This record gives sequence, structure tokens and C-alpha cells, in this order.
Amino acid sequence: MSNTDRNTKRLAKYCAGMEDKLVEYLDGRAKPAERRAVEEHLAVCSGCRNRAEDFRVLWDALEDLPVISPSLAFDASLRARIAAEPARRGFWGWVPSPRLAFAVTALVAMSVWMASMPRVMDDETSMARVPAEADFGMIRDLPVLENYDVLSKFDALSELPASPNATAAGEVTNETRE
Amino acid sequence: MARSDVQLMLDVKAGDEQSFELLLRKYRSPLVNFLYRMVRDSAVAEDLAQEVFLRVYRARKEYAPSAKFTTWMFRIATNLALNSVRDNRYRQMEISMDHSVDVGDDEQPAMEVPDRSPTVEQQLVARSRAELILRAIHALPEKQRAAVLLHKYQELDYDEIARILECSESALKSLLFRAYETLRVELASLMNSVGI
Repeated sequence: MSNTDRNTKRLAKYCAGMEDKLVEYLDGRAKPAERRAVEEHLAVCSGCRNRAEDFRVLWDALEDLPVISPSLAFDASLRARIAAEPARRGFWGWVPSPRLAFAVTALVAMSVWMASMPRVMDDETSMARVPAEADFGMIRDLPVLENYDVLSKFDALSELPASPNATAAGEVTNETRE
Repeated sequence: MARSDVQLMLDVKAGDEQSFELLLRKYRSPLVNFLYRMVRDSAVAEDLAQEVFLRVYRARKEYAPSAKFTTWMFRIATNLALNSVRDNRYRQMEISMDHSVDVGDDEQPAMEVPDRSPTVEQQLVARSRAELILRAIHALPEKQRAAVLLHKYQELDYDEIARILECSESALKSLLFRAYETLRVELASLMNSVGI
């Protein structure tokens, strides 16, 4: 490899390294050591020197971008948006008094306790409820069952096949009535 | 003695509404301009700027000065702008797919150019140059665009911009180099006429 090739390769490598140095150098924010390094490179590399000059011209051209002013309604509109904001309250802001907090806590605790009760009790209660309902029905129908006239004229009973015992029983009953 | 931005924000946190007014007055214009250059729509830029201030105001109670105020504020602004650009791009894509409507540059709002030039011709030239620059900046990838705007026009420190864009300082410098290199090529015609 000739000296020229080696030199070109070294410059190309350093030019790639200029990527994160040139902008900082041009805007004047580079540290003194980095500044010196860039200046030394620019002195020997016409490509980077031209690019640095182009960047300076570009930055001047970018200054031509006009500055726009916010509209006159900007502040008023922002204030309206701020005023429309719902009042924000922290967690404790939602607890108006210690009494209410206690009441809510007690209610929740009671609900949890009731929910954790064994379900067997429910079943027992429902089992106990069935005979009670049957008893109530019987008591309700008792006057009807005791009324002989109603029973004797009940069509469904008259259609039953007559058994000797039943006939005898009926006679006995008739005799008793007579 | 003027209070720093962080101090103003801490005062806002303590309930001083006047300090919020001071921050608003100080950053209203820079924010609107930054957002306008990001989204190229003055109405959207104003709306987004208000949203930034609204978020700053909402977050006042939780504010902790872990970074510069401008870093925090421009980070909010950058995120809002990028979301807006992406949403708008998606909407435009939907429109073009549904109606085959070409949303051209003719539909862009007229740019407000300060009255520096006395003649109409000079105003037109200035307007044309500004439009060219804005278009070139807007053609940059989103992150490069934000980096250039924050570096060139807001003059924020490298560490601030790196924090806003969530990248390393070294990556940011490379990003800026590539962005300016693209602009150098895109605006070559404009640069040749500088100083004429």
C-alpha cells in the first residue's frame, strides 16, 4: 500500500468520524480539544472543509424561515380549556369524613363476612321452607276437606271403582248421618 | 431577579397561577412555532400548543424538577406533534384510498411572513423561500425533523434534545449530521442564492 493510499484511507476513516463532531464544532459548542481536532482535520481535508462551509451557508438559509405569532384567541382559548378541566381530587378527597369512611368499611366487611358464610345454611333454610309451605296449604284447604257435602259431590271421587270396603264404609257413614 | 423556569413551575405547583401566566407568555410563541414547523398546519399547531400547556398545568401537583423545564415541555410537544403527524398521515392515506383525492401543497394554509420586504415581489420571494425550507424540513424523517428544529430554532443543549428524543448524545449528533446533509442537498438551489 502506497503512502497516498494509506493517507486517503486514514482521511476517509476520520471523515466518517466527523459525523458526530462537525455540527458541534460549527455551532460553537465543541470542547477545546475536540475543536482543535476538527480544525486540524479541516486543514487537510478539502471534502470536510467544503461540507463545513456548506453547513454554515445552509444554517444562514434556514434563518429565513418566518416566525408565526399565536392567534389573539390563544390565551383565552387555553384559559377556557383549563377552566373546563374537572376538579381533580386525590384519594382522600373522595372520603368526606372519618364517620363515612368507618361506615363504608363496616359495610364492606359485613358484606364480605356474609358472602363467606357456608352455603349449607342456605340449603337447610330452603329444605325447612318446603314442609312449612305444605302445612300452610293443608291448613288452607282444611274447611273443604271437612265439608262432607263437597266431598260427596266431588265428581272425581264418584268415578272411582267402588270397593267393598269403601261401600261398607259409605253405608256406615250414611247410617251414622241418618 | 428573574425566577428560573423550574422555580416558576414550583410556584405553580404551590398554587401561584401568576407564575403559570409567566411561563405561558415566555413559551407560547416558541411552542407554536416549533409545532407549526413539525405539523405544517397553524390551527393544529395552536391546538397542540394549548394541549402542551394544559398537560403542564394538569401535572403541576406532581411536578418534580428532575430535568430542565424546557426538556420536559418540548418532550410533551414533540410526542404530541409526532402523534399528530402520524394520525394525519393515516387519515390522509384513508382519504386517498377512499376517494383517490390527492392532497397537494395547494391546500396548505398561507404562510404568515413578517413584513420585512417593502415590495410585493420581495415578499413573494421570501414566501417562496420559506415554503421551500419548510417543505424540505418536513420531508425529513420525524426524528431528524424534531432534532433539527430543537437544535437550530430552539437552540436547546445536546443533552436536552437527546433526552427529548430518547437517544444518546452521540446518536443525536449523527442524526443531526445526516439531517443537515439531506437539507444541504435538498436546498442546494436556495443556498446558491444566499447573499445574492
